[in-house]
Amino acid sequence: MIDEIDRALIVATQGGLPLVARPYHAIGEQIGLPGEEVMRRLQALLAAGIIRRIGAVPNHYAIGWTANGMTVWDVADDQVDALGAIVGALPFVTHSYRRPRALPAWPYNLFAMVHGSSRDECAVKALEIKALLGDACRANDILYSTKILKKTGLRIGG
Amino acid sequence: MSELTAVDRKIIDNLQGEFPICERPYAAVAERLGISEEVLLQRLERLLADKVLTRFGPMYQIERMGGAFILAALAVPEARYEEVTALVNALPQVAHNYRREHAMNMWFVLATETQGGIAEAVARIEHDTGLPVYAFPKEREFFVEMKLETRR
Repeated sequence: MIDEIDRALIVATQGGLPLVARPYHAIGEQIGLPGEEVMRRLQALLAAGIIRRIGAVPNHYAIGWTANGMTVWDVADDQVDALGAIVGALPFVTHSYRRPRALPAWPYNLFAMVHGSSRDECAVKALEIKALLGDACRANDILYSTKILKKTGLRIGG
Repeated sequence: MSELTAVDRKIIDNLQGEFPICERPYAAVAERLGISEEVLLQRLERLLADKVLTRFGPMYQIERMGGAFILAALAVPEARYEEVTALVNALPQVAHNYRREHAMNMWFVLATETQGGIAEAVARIEHDTGLPVYAFPKEREFFVEMKLETRR
C-alpha cells in the first residue's frame, strides 16, 4: 500500500512527466523530495504494479488507427473463462474482459477491443473471434467509437 | 493536425513503455533513437500540444492502490448528448469517455481511490443526468496491453 509521500508523487505525476532534462529532480523540487528518492519510489511503484508502465499514451485516431471497435459477445457461462483467455491472446486484441450482463438490455459478458485503419478491418478481426468462439457464442455486436469525449486518465485528488 | 515525421513515428513507437528511471531519462532514450535530447523534448512537446499524444508519464493502476475502476454506459437521448457529455466529463472520476454507435451511446471509465467511490460516482451521474447508469465491473481480465504502432 502507498504512503502519503507516494500519494504526493502520484498527484504530481498523474498528469504527465515534466519535459525537462532532469524530470524526476524537477518533480522532487515540486514536492520537496530529493531526485534520488523520487526515482527510488517510482521504481518501487513500478515493481509493485501500481505503475503499469511509464511512457507515451497516443491518441489512436491521430496515429492512424481510425476505427475502434468494442466487440461484445454473449458466451456460455461455463466456457467464457477458457474462451476469454484464447480471445485475449489474439495479437490484435488490445484488452479483453469478462463483465456481468445487464439483462434484458445487455446480454453480452465478454468484451474484446479491436483496432484498425477501417471498420472493415475491425469486422474481419471480429469474424476471427467469432470463429474461435463457435457455438459457445449466442449473440454478438461491435460498437464503433465515433468520438473521444474525454481521455485524461485517472486523477486522484491533491 | 500536422503530418507525423519519421522521427515522430519513431518516438511514438518506442516510447509507449519502459521509459527509464534515471537522472537524464530523455537523454538516454534520445541516444537510443539516434536523436538529441533537445529534439526529443521538442517533439514530445509538439506531439502533446497537437494531441497526438494524450499524455506522457506513468500510468497508474488504481486497483493496486486500493481503488477501483469500472466501465459504465449510458443510453443518452440524442437531443441531450452535449449536455450529458458535459455533466459526465465534469466528474474527475471519469478517466475516459467515448461516444459509440449503439442505443448505449456513451461509454466511460470511472476510476476512484476507494471501493465505495464507484457507487458514489454512479449515483452522482444518475442524479445529475436523470439517466440510469449501466455498470460493467470487470469480473476477469484476460489481457491488457494498450500499445499501438503508428500507421500513418
